[in-house]
Amino acid sequence: MSNIIHLKPPLTDDDVVHLTIGDRVLISGIIYTARDAAHKRLAELIDQNKELPFDIRNQIIYYVGPSPTQPGRPVGSCGPTSSYRMDVYTPRLLEKGLKATIGKGNRSGNVIEAMKHYKAVYFAATGGAAALLSKRVKKAEVVAYKDLGAEAIMRFEVEDFPVVVANDIYGNDLYEKGVAKYQRK
Amino acid sequence: MVTRTRISTSEIIEKVSWLCRDANFNLNADVLDALSDSYEAEGSPVAKEVFAELLENAKIARECQMPICQDTGVAVVFVDVGENVEITGGHLYEAIHGGVRQGYEKGFLRKSMVADPLNRTNTGDNTPAIIHTELIPGDHIKITLMAKGGGCENMSRIAMLTPADGREGVIHFVVETVKMAKANPCPPIIVGVGIGGTFDYAALLAKKSLLRPLGTKHADPETAVLEQEMLERVNESGIGAQGLGGWITALAVHAERYPCHIASLPVAVNIECHAHRVKTVVLGNFQ
Repeated sequence: MSNIIHLKPPLTDDDVVHLTIGDRVLISGIIYTARDAAHKRLAELIDQNKELPFDIRNQIIYYVGPSPTQPGRPVGSCGPTSSYRMDVYTPRLLEKGLKATIGKGNRSGNVIEAMKHYKAVYFAATGGAAALLSKRVKKAEVVAYKDLGAEAIMRFEVEDFPVVVANDIYGNDLYEKGVAKYQRK
Repeated sequence: MVTRTRISTSEIIEKVSWLCRDANFNLNADVLDALSDSYEAEGSPVAKEVFAELLENAKIARECQMPICQDTGVAVVFVDVGENVEITGGHLYEAIHGGVRQGYEKGFLRKSMVADPLNRTNTGDNTPAIIHTELIPGDHIKITLMAKGGGCENMSRIAMLTPADGREGVIHFVVETVKMAKANPCPPIIVGVGIGGTFDYAALLAKKSLLRPLGTKHADPETAVLEQEMLERVNESGIGAQGLGGWITALAVHAERYPCHIASLPVAVNIECHAHRVKTVVLGNFQ
């Protein structure tokens, strides 16, 4: 069992070179949320050479669309959504300096190659552990695209947000290697 | 003259509204037991940690009365209506939709229904519910609500096999479906298999099979053996919790069989995630 690694964004190259698949990581600090609709807009801005609504260099994007916020809480339940739908946009964001993404499920070959190239990692959060993950979010505020509702880009201030390294900068894929290890046939 | 049991639509609305919240906040004991047994049994440290998180998550959701998962699902409602029941104050289906509308609003549950599959405008209140009705003898109405997530529903499949494909063909299709789904339906999953009937009926059987509590054996011994064999084959895949590799990909495989045409062997596989949210209420007179 790997040790638990504590990370605080913004992430440096030095942070990510030490990460390997299967490592458990607790993130504390600022992460940004974005899912399908927000990615579409971010990619359009990049294609038009326009500035993004927040500086994504060395940051982490979390693929999530929370449930409505209950009174007295910073955010609703907020587990990860499936990452493969963002694959088409991810390389462009990595090129702009994004250092990590958080979601659930495997990434395409293109994204894995881009992560190697730009020294970025992919973290898996536990799909469906949405109440637990919500409790690790201390503050949440919309930074862009309020009109998208649950799909707006938010800045989360998180504390000990639990993830596991699913893809490291060396091209390793936990979804492939982990499954191969436990296959019985 | 038979005296009919009267059940009001306002009572149905109130009960359905509560079922939506209860299902989304309070995971049933059978699911908790399956998760904690899996935590003990799992050999992969990464997957074991996933089970630990899921148990902790269920505890937090219950204590704080907040959704187990942010995808609070489509409300799939099974209604058994006693033939001797009279519904007063309105129409049964309107009452069910009304209950869903109220429950999702009051519970701060996410509204995930779009009015049209192609135009995709959100209905804003998570209606309509998907309703399956059955007439039964008696003086009561039994309502079972399942909050069904989109991620796992998307990984479901149906096939019209040939009779020659037989038992092995069915098992192969089930295992193949799970393998294709990989991490996407949020494993550990529960697999519902409908075998026989017609194209449409097989899918309904698959969904209905999910309603049986986990850890219970099928009443038909032959189906029970088939379920066990399918579970073992599914778990040989190594997909594991969250698809990160492990011994336990599925908590259970449930199957239902039904007579079918001499030319047909329909098989439907309905995938359910670990956030298996099912609650039941009975209204009227029930012995």
